[in-house]
Amino acid sequence: MSTPLILLVLAIIAIVCYVAGTRRALAIAGGVSSNLHSRQGYYGSFVAICAAVPAVIVLAIWLIASPFYINSTVTSGFPDEVKAQTEAQQGLSFGMVSGLARGMDVLTLEEIDKVGANPVELRSLLGTKGVALAGDPEPWMVASAGDLNAMQKISNRIMTVIVLIIALAGAGLSYVRIAPRFRARNRVEKVILSALILASSIAIVTTIGIVMSMLTEAGHFFGRISPWEFFFGTVWDPRFAAAGATASEGQFGLIPLLAGTLYIGFVAMLVAVPVGLFSAIYMSEYASPKVRAVAKPLLEVLAGIPTIVYGFFALTSVGPFLRDISAQLSGLTTGEYVNFIQAQSVLTAGFVMGIMLIPYVSSLSDDIITAVPRALRDGSLGLGATKSETIKKVVMPAALPGVVGALLMTASRAIGETMIVVLAAGVAARMQLNPFEPMTTVTVKIVSQLTGDLEFTSPQTLVAFALGITLFAITLCLNIYALFIVRKYREQYE
Amino acid sequence: MTDVVSSPAGVLDKPARRDIGIKRRYRAERRFRAYGVAALSFGLLFLALLLWSVVSKGYTAFQQTMITVPVEFSEQVIDKDNERATDPQKLMTANYPIIARNAVAKALGVAETDTSGLRAVNQMISNSVRSQLRDMVVANPQIIGTTQTVSLLAAGDIDSAWKGQIDLNVTEQNRKVSDQQVGWMNKLAEAGALAKHFNGGILFNGASSRPEAAGVGVALIGSFYMMLIVLVLSLPIGVAASIYLEEFAPKNKFTDLIEVNINNLAAVPSIVYGLLGLAVFVNFMGMPRSASLVGGLVLTLMTLPTIIIATRAALKAVPPSIRAAALGLGASKMQTIFHHVLPLAMPGILTGTIIGLAHALGETAPLLLIGMVAFVANYPTTPMDPSTALPVQIYMWANEAERAFVERTSGAIIILLLFLIVMNVGAILLRRRFERRW
Repeated sequence: MSTPLILLVLAIIAIVCYVAGTRRALAIAGGVSSNLHSRQGYYGSFVAICAAVPAVIVLAIWLIASPFYINSTVTSGFPDEVKAQTEAQQGLSFGMVSGLARGMDVLTLEEIDKVGANPVELRSLLGTKGVALAGDPEPWMVASAGDLNAMQKISNRIMTVIVLIIALAGAGLSYVRIAPRFRARNRVEKVILSALILASSIAIVTTIGIVMSMLTEAGHFFGRISPWEFFFGTVWDPRFAAAGATASEGQFGLIPLLAGTLYIGFVAMLVAVPVGLFSAIYMSEYASPKVRAVAKPLLEVLAGIPTIVYGFFALTSVGPFLRDISAQLSGLTTGEYVNFIQAQSVLTAGFVMGIMLIPYVSSLSDDIITAVPRALRDGSLGLGATKSETIKKVVMPAALPGVVGALLMTASRAIGETMIVVLAAGVAARMQLNPFEPMTTVTVKIVSQLTGDLEFTSPQTLVAFALGITLFAITLCLNIYALFIVRKYREQYE
Repeated sequence: MTDVVSSPAGVLDKPARRDIGIKRRYRAERRFRAYGVAALSFGLLFLALLLWSVVSKGYTAFQQTMITVPVEFSEQVIDKDNERATDPQKLMTANYPIIARNAVAKALGVAETDTSGLRAVNQMISNSVRSQLRDMVVANPQIIGTTQTVSLLAAGDIDSAWKGQIDLNVTEQNRKVSDQQVGWMNKLAEAGALAKHFNGGILFNGASSRPEAAGVGVALIGSFYMMLIVLVLSLPIGVAASIYLEEFAPKNKFTDLIEVNINNLAAVPSIVYGLLGLAVFVNFMGMPRSASLVGGLVLTLMTLPTIIIATRAALKAVPPSIRAAALGLGASKMQTIFHHVLPLAMPGILTGTIIGLAHALGETAPLLLIGMVAFVANYPTTPMDPSTALPVQIYMWANEAERAFVERTSGAIIILLLFLIVMNVGAILLRRRFERRW
């Protein structure tokens, strides 16, 4: 049976178990549910859980484990000359075999018999059935594919039988345990609690997944390129080497990308920090409740707009505007209409990113400024300070650690931002200080190295994971440090 | 002070005002306040500019120039030797653009011998007429030999010119429409044959290299599948995780670790999730590239921290008296939470979920990495089929060189923003309608 069908059957079994368990509990209690330890639904749920949960667990383990076993058996059955090949070529052969196996499932027996002797015909026949093969299959591949199919069929049959036996056994064993003093509720609640724990550990699994996946792929990369060259190299030139020309691996220097990332992030913060901070101060200290009720959500709309929209805005509006205005300016001053600002530039990307970051700065610092106790303000105002003096000399110093934490979080967002820089910053990896020229960032290069056809063996592709782990590490440090500051600050007034 | 002392004659001098710089300080106060107003207006100004630039560029994308002319489905062209009964390919491969060209040429009075004129006419109609007319004929072969009135898509350049997006004062060599074509365009318009119609194509069509025939249909379906996967997976998992952390978790190293992890995951750059999806789901587990299933899983992982944080806040807001009352009546802890606390926290949870979904809907970067930048012309039928997503479609169109794609991109952005507005307004209404204050 196919997996969805098995799951469906299990679901039906579970429902039947629930109904049967509930009825039996009530029957045992003589129709008076108060004779039971738990409410009768719990007995039903207990039987259903005993039937379905172990069966599903076994099913999942089988589905994950069996392909490994089958694949290794099939691979060990390959002819010796194939085994002598490199791992990548063996992988290709295995791909062919599994493709063939999938295709032979589609064919009828007569068709297989007819073309069995002639693998080339097999390919064209499979092509008409919608199964495309990478190359002409060889005779031994057809045999292997047959083996693969047979093993898969056997595995599937055994799995179906085992899973159904477990389900029925679980149902039977739990069904006979139903008794008035049986603590069904406690059992069911224990299962629910473990499900809750399982759900909350997904956060840990995700983090482990991120770190492990990137470390392994980055490890492959550092096997080809030394970490020294990557972290301290000043030239980014990953030549997309033609197949076979492995001699030229290209240069993978992180420094120009990091410089671009930090430069653009710096320009963005230059826009976002003053604007965001002053908006937050104005909204929390000066604005009337009415103005605040309108302006705060409006400003937060900026945070809700997808970054791709900002990227498009930068690409089609801000970039050309800056380019044209620079041409006008140079025309007015020198008489020569040359645009000294490129349409794609550090300034364009940084400015638009800054606008995107305004709501982050403002809402985070708004919360922090509002959290400064009223007594501090009253004390300062009572001594005759004006409102702005109070803010500058009392409120802001008190809020400073929190604000710095908020700014660090914003900076980590600026560093990890992708779509704006992909569209507005340019792709040239250069080290220079002119904000009117294009530069590129870590995120842009991750995207450009990984879009299009890729194989997981070339350093040109794997470098993206090394960039990714660098990015992850930087943002992680910034966030942890920010959280640390914010927490420490909070303790002061609570 | 010294003044008073130095006037022993007892003349009551007005004591000199001690200069505490009140004027200067009030000026500083006003300046400071003005900075605040300026900062706020700067932010709001750019919000307005951004929306205006998108809407002003994009609203025309919902209209499309069509040329409505009588088209003669000439048997001579489609099926000269009457083979369609025996060869089904015949109708599929016939030269339909010629039919459309001849029809427009006839309406314009261009002679059939004027080859350069005919070529110019051909440039005025979209390439998509081939499939349009083919589908008509295949659906109903009876129309061969008859003349039908058909609305043909105008080519992208004509569309732009008719909408006034091409500056016709530029010299003829430097623009994509010739004077002759402009003349024809106006002539057709006067005859009522050329006009703007509502453009359903942008909502329903798949990818196309021709701007006039391109639409976000495939992307909408892909995004829909992904949102469905995100909702189905992240809502139960997120709620379960938050219930454990908020209600059951003992204070120990393990729960601390989970807390730190969730807070950090919420701040991990989205592109890192794309790398995770590529390495784990596509490369390790062998799931298909470009499939909305993988996109949905990646976005689920990305949305989970948001939902968990929102759900925990909602659970925290339920007052302890509710829990105490339920426990006091003999409910178990699990019953208290699932029967009483959770229903009361539900509006807050749903609001957080909708906001998380809205974020996921606008996310682009991780989807680029798992290969959703694909040219998909056919509707995906299952989440395993290759598809694109709405923001990815916007990204792909933004990279197109053709002028008419700018309008399409803005149109797609308007569609995306509309979805986001609907979701966010829904979240706000939900909160207003059901939120309780204790």
